[in-house]
Amino acid sequence: MALTAAFVSAGMVLAGCGGSDDGGSDSKSAGGTSPGEGKAGCEQLTQFGDLTGKKVHVYTTIVAPEDQSQKDSYKLFTTCTGATVEYEGSKEMEAQILVRAQSGNLPDIAYLPQPGLLNTLVTQTSTVKEAPKTVSDNVDKWWGEDWKGYGSVDGKFYAAPLGANVKSFVWYSPKMFADNGWKVPQTWDELMALSDQIAAKGIKPWCAGAESGEATGWPLTDWLEDALLRTAGADTYDQWIKHDIPFNDPKIAEALDKVGAILKNDKYVNGGIGDVKSIATTAFQQGGLPILDGKCAMHRQASFYAANWPKGTTVAEDGQVFAFYLPTVDPSKGKPVEGGGEFVAAFNDKPETVAFQTYLSSDVWANEKAKATPGGGWVSANKGLDPNNLVSPIDKLSATTLADPEAVFRFDASDLMPAEVGTNSFWKQMVAWITGQDTKKTLDNIESSWPS
Amino acid sequence: MSLGEKLLQAVIIIALFFAVVGVILVLTSKLRSRLGELIQSAAFLLPTILLLGVGLLYPAISTVRLSFRNNFDKLWIGFDNYKTIFTDSDLVRVLINTALWVIITPIVATFVGLIYAVLVDRSRFEKTAKALIFLPMAISLVGASIIWKFVYDDNTGILNAITDTFGLGRHHWLLSSPGNTLLLIVIFVWVQAGFATVVLSASIKAIPTDIVEAAKLDGVSGVRMFRYITVPSIRPTLIVVLTAITITTLKVFDIVRTVTGGNFKTSVLAYEFYVQSFRSANRGLGAALAVLIFVLVLPVVIYNVTQMRKVAR
Repeated sequence: MALTAAFVSAGMVLAGCGGSDDGGSDSKSAGGTSPGEGKAGCEQLTQFGDLTGKKVHVYTTIVAPEDQSQKDSYKLFTTCTGATVEYEGSKEMEAQILVRAQSGNLPDIAYLPQPGLLNTLVTQTSTVKEAPKTVSDNVDKWWGEDWKGYGSVDGKFYAAPLGANVKSFVWYSPKMFADNGWKVPQTWDELMALSDQIAAKGIKPWCAGAESGEATGWPLTDWLEDALLRTAGADTYDQWIKHDIPFNDPKIAEALDKVGAILKNDKYVNGGIGDVKSIATTAFQQGGLPILDGKCAMHRQASFYAANWPKGTTVAEDGQVFAFYLPTVDPSKGKPVEGGGEFVAAFNDKPETVAFQTYLSSDVWANEKAKATPGGGWVSANKGLDPNNLVSPIDKLSATTLADPEAVFRFDASDLMPAEVGTNSFWKQMVAWITGQDTKKTLDNIESSWPS
Repeated sequence: MSLGEKLLQAVIIIALFFAVVGVILVLTSKLRSRLGELIQSAAFLLPTILLLGVGLLYPAISTVRLSFRNNFDKLWIGFDNYKTIFTDSDLVRVLINTALWVIITPIVATFVGLIYAVLVDRSRFEKTAKALIFLPMAISLVGASIIWKFVYDDNTGILNAITDTFGLGRHHWLLSSPGNTLLLIVIFVWVQAGFATVVLSASIKAIPTDIVEAAKLDGVSGVRMFRYITVPSIRPTLIVVLTAITITTLKVFDIVRTVTGGNFKTSVLAYEFYVQSFRSANRGLGAALAVLIFVLVLPVVIYNVTQMRKVAR
């Protein structure tokens, strides 16, 4: 009992320290004795008191089959606090959350897949609550400065990072490579040489799919971003996102032409699917599948593509498919890594909401989530995540790629740009580009859509 | 607030509403004067006016207001949003596409419906035939779009299978503009022709038999019967059908969104309004597009209503 009292008072002190922006130390605790008292992993959550019967409504883009591991990872939260999580996943979430914000019909928490969306919600609707002290402390402790920056708007910290993914991957068939004596390329030049070598064998080396419903075109924006990080470097990339250099800067054109040398080359694409234009109409989920039939050798797509291989496919270094790091132009200048992730935005500061935010930002949750994801397809940039808890080889590769001291991590640029560009003209113009429009016109059109 | 509390609140509000209206009616029924009648009719009209005000008038005014604001709803920018619509090359394309939709769809759908109605009129299979063409009406537009998306598919689509068989080659049907807009229009015609058939068929059956018989006695038949008797007799219905389809066409959204997502130069006004307002987070421009749709629909609606009154008479 003395122990319990100590926990409660410690919680009070913590809450007291964090009460600066929501006035009053008790506002976060629901009172009573937390059901998680003395249980392992609940240390951060007991301060919120007894939340039995309370519900936290979470709205996300993560839908079946990936949602199950999310739900499983919340069990500890319920054990610790008594509160349950109401999970709502929708592919339309990115547009719907703005509709809901305008109509005042908001969930407690939303997982935003784009910092740009967070920016829009904060500046346009003022509905997002600033992150409480418990969350911001966790993020300071477990994440790098850059990740905290992605969850901040105008210097204020709102949303803690949740999951992460690595986009700079090229999927391939280790068996196909071994059978033909092909080696995983270490530089961009080697990559192009390998492509020629494969093409000479009568196999189209690359396959791609850009169709994704309303978001058609996003896989192509990733291509350009990855190329730009390699040709012009991370500093230019940052200036490009902030619009310090125009969208149609010659450096961007150079990167896009580099992509064009692969994706607009009829000898290289679209392995097992069709001609160049077929990229625009092929669903992104289908884009890499010809690798399994040996009709395509390489498919540049993020780590989360792991979920799209048919059931029974072994994803491993010695399996049917695996991924290698998309090589850079000049390896002496470091390893640029493009990635993405989700961010946890809260729309109120009820004790259960804050408790859940705190839980999600902790190392405890990151490890719970890793354990709840036996099939693979999930990693986090949370430094408290024990790589041994990751089960699948591709997740381990993602985690080591993110943790590599050589790595220069950059967030997906289109996710950071204003919505007019990042979720509209950039996608649309890249689709026009792949169906025939030239590089100059494409970049000029996007530049002119940049909001003044 | 829990669901129970919300329901309780709703019940209380409804009860309150009935109580107030009831009291007014009881009180005014005692006043057998002109004023009493006035209050009584006001009591009946007030709820409607109130709901129209809250649900229609207020959003309309606020949309018009928003259309003169910038993307963040923070600055007055005059007619800039409207200027963008008529100068931005992408949006001009949207206007052209919308024009194509509005001109082609009603005419083709009504024409197909009319011909079909005349052909099956009094035939043995009339009921079955009408049911067949009316069936697509029962499918949601999204469902219909998915069906047709399969038809137009590059690799597995039946359209490519047909053109390939006849030596016309395989094509990326949905990629080439403006042909792709026409292919999308086909979907809408497929859905709307049933509506036109059923309404027009009813109207054809309502043509007085003495007119038809008189014409027959005068030796009119076939195409001339259609041209001089059938069409003039059902003219008001034809116009109602045409305008009704026009209004629906101006608001077409589902097909474009499902089949192409507005890519490959197929976007139309209603879809662009959604994209700008919610995906692009440019509410000002979105509102301007909404106002434009309203301005375009308005004269058609007015014409439609006056024509419907004529039919009713």
